[in-house]
Amino acid sequence: MSSTTDAVIQDLAAQKYKYGFTTEIEMEEFPKGLSPDIVRMISAKKGEPAWLLEWRLKAYEAWLKMEEPTWARIHHAPIAYQDLYYYAAPAKAAPKSLDEVDPELLRTYEKLGIPLNERAALAGVAVDAVFDSVSVATTFRDTLAKAGVIFCPISEAVREHPELVRKYLGSVVPAGDNYFAALNSAVFSDGSFVFIPKGVKCPMELSTYFRINARNTGQFERTLIIAEDGASVSYLEGCTAPMRDENQLHAAVVELVAMDDAKIKYSTVQNWYPGDADGKGGIYNFVTKRGACRGRNSKISWTQVETGSAITWKYPSCILQGEGSVGEFYSVAVTNGHQQADTGTKMIHIGKNTSSTIISKGISAGKSNNTYRGQVKILPGASGARNFTQCDSLLIGDQCGAHTVPYIENRNASAKVEHEATTSKIAEDQLFYCRSRGLSEEDAVGLIVNGFCKDVLKELPMEFAVEAQKLLAVSLEGSVG
Amino acid sequence: MLEIKNLHARIGDAEILKGVTLTIPDGEIHAIMGPNGAGKSTLSYVLSGRDGYEVTEGEAIYNGQNILEMEPEERAAAGLFLAFQYPVELPGVGNANFLRTALNAIRRSRGEEELDAVAFLKQARAAVKQLAMKEDFLKRNVNVGFSGGEKKRNEMLQMALLKPGLAILDETDSGLDIDALKIVAEGVNALRSEKFSALVITHYQRLLDHIVPDVVHVLANGKIVRSGNADLAKELEASGYVGLEAA
Ligand SMILES: Nc1ncnc2c1ncn2[C@@H]1O[C@H](COP(=O)(O)OP(=O)(O)O)[C@@H](O)[C@H]1O
Ligand SMILES: [Mg+2]
Repeated sequence: MSSTTDAVIQDLAAQKYKYGFTTEIEMEEFPKGLSPDIVRMISAKKGEPAWLLEWRLKAYEAWLKMEEPTWARIHHAPIAYQDLYYYAAPAKAAPKSLDEVDPELLRTYEKLGIPLNERAALAGVAVDAVFDSVSVATTFRDTLAKAGVIFCPISEAVREHPELVRKYLGSVVPAGDNYFAALNSAVFSDGSFVFIPKGVKCPMELSTYFRINARNTGQFERTLIIAEDGASVSYLEGCTAPMRDENQLHAAVVELVAMDDAKIKYSTVQNWYPGDADGKGGIYNFVTKRGACRGRNSKISWTQVETGSAITWKYPSCILQGEGSVGEFYSVAVTNGHQQADTGTKMIHIGKNTSSTIISKGISAGKSNNTYRGQVKILPGASGARNFTQCDSLLIGDQCGAHTVPYIENRNASAKVEHEATTSKIAEDQLFYCRSRGLSEEDAVGLIVNGFCKDVLKELPMEFAVEAQKLLAVSLEGSVG
Repeated sequence: MLEIKNLHARIGDAEILKGVTLTIPDGEIHAIMGPNGAGKSTLSYVLSGRDGYEVTEGEAIYNGQNILEMEPEERAAAGLFLAFQYPVELPGVGNANFLRTALNAIRRSRGEEELDAVAFLKQARAAVKQLAMKEDFLKRNVNVGFSGGEKKRNEMLQMALLKPGLAILDETDSGLDIDALKIVAEGVNALRSEKFSALVITHYQRLLDHIVPDVVHVLANGKIVRSGNADLAKELEASGYVGLEAA
């Protein structure tokens, strides 16, 4: 498309992942491989009650009998599950307060743009920082506690609020739900727990920042968010990992529960290491995210900006059980280089007058493959249900692929389902128009892509929208030429 | 000063420009007229660096630089501006954002400080008013759903803000009513100075009543076949281009 030389493009591709550094810190690791003993060790390390160990072991048994799913449009060499570490954590005892956090870790998060020092922190955002298998710091806990909000590592919630965890854990994503969820249920080590009591509007944005650092270590975090009647919360997760030549496994589970009139907004900016220009290395991201709109007029809204990972396999879903409940899914998935993304959503309409909106923007560049896979299911009792799906793909170059796989099942005659899909290319005349006004080719692509994604980006919390826009531009650097 | 010397360019196998020679000193406005398909738009694209045009011979020197060797954005930074015959739509890209991004890109390349949102909006609103456009013009997506006339005026808005040294207007008057035409002419005349020059491509003499050119050229079949003063445009209006192509 231009005379930009190959050298320049390669240069950009090499430097584009800014978060690829590693942290040198003493780690505690359990032996390699997965067995009932490893599950017991993790549970013991966390000081868990017997019921949770039982639950984990059952999940492990279920996992042994399951097979990795093969229906997604992704390809990878077999994952050597017995060659992975299932637990890795900074060796020093868990810090009791921010002052005790290892300075090396504080520096790591600072480099990632997430200062954990509350004075330096982004105003109005509380952060839980998860490093490999454990949470290393949670900010603004006092402020939140005053409002009655619980925001803490899930391992701590197991100890401090066992009745809540026992009531809700696995109630949205059962331990044996699918291969990766079963694996996670057996070995999850940490993640965030959020509880917003009746009538409380969470006073700040909540955010969890996941960092994979250790080599050959799987990350299996578990997030559980509960909003009681009339409660509301906006939660954001971010993720990065060092550049390593081998692939690393990330298999998370997120469960959301919204009761009557409750609202949960869950945003993700996923920027795991995508692998190098030849497709070597990168994170395998197999994630199960599901929200249950249990109460009347409850609302769960997923917004995701997926730019990282070698493989993304994820379908944040809503079970619309409460009458008049609302599910939303706004997604931008960018693939470049050799990345593969198979992502979308499921909207299951059970209650009357439930409604769902799906806006998906897929951008493929390089030699990547990008699939939208979405299910809309209207059960017989869901009279007056509504779904609107808009699914747009943008292609950059002619070596990439975009695919749209909708599954629509409507079993109620009064329900209405609409689906629109488009595929387009960045037109040469658009690029030239921008460049003739002084924009570089990279900036022109960034501008056009951000325009294409606007309907999704405007759903992100303001503090993160600008960051996401920059990320999109960076992810596509070197994609034209 | 722009000096085009013996410029030959082709699209694929077809030679479209067959030796264009033309000099526009600073401070002058030149008009190009000519029949459909003569190569007028091709000349404007070759000068601004669009892909798909192969220059086989000749050169184009602007202020001492051979612009044909530069990327389109470098030419913009050097002061070149093309008002498109068919302005391009950018869905989802706000007009204000686009203008500010462009303006700041050019300011950066000139070593000037970037404008913040407030300073930019002040300039942009003034320009919008000058061009008699509606306030919401800046909030709409670039050219999306604009009428033909609005698209042309949007080109003029960009020109007013980017303040080029050399503007090429490719049939900016086509599809404009007489009021809009006057506004466009005012926009060009407002930029007139010793350091500004323009190449105005048009079919119609009426634009040249409002932007009075120093020189009028006729481009036919890929070559300049006649040049003259403003009276030439009037003559062409009366007699058409018949007979010129063979010249
Ligand atoms: N992309 C293209 N591919 C092939 N021929 C083209 C292309 N664009 C223009 N042409 C041809 O080049 C000639 C000049 O076109 P153009 O420069 O648009 O003329 P004008 O602007 O004077 O009407 C015409 O014969 C036209 O058909
Ligand atoms: Mg033309």
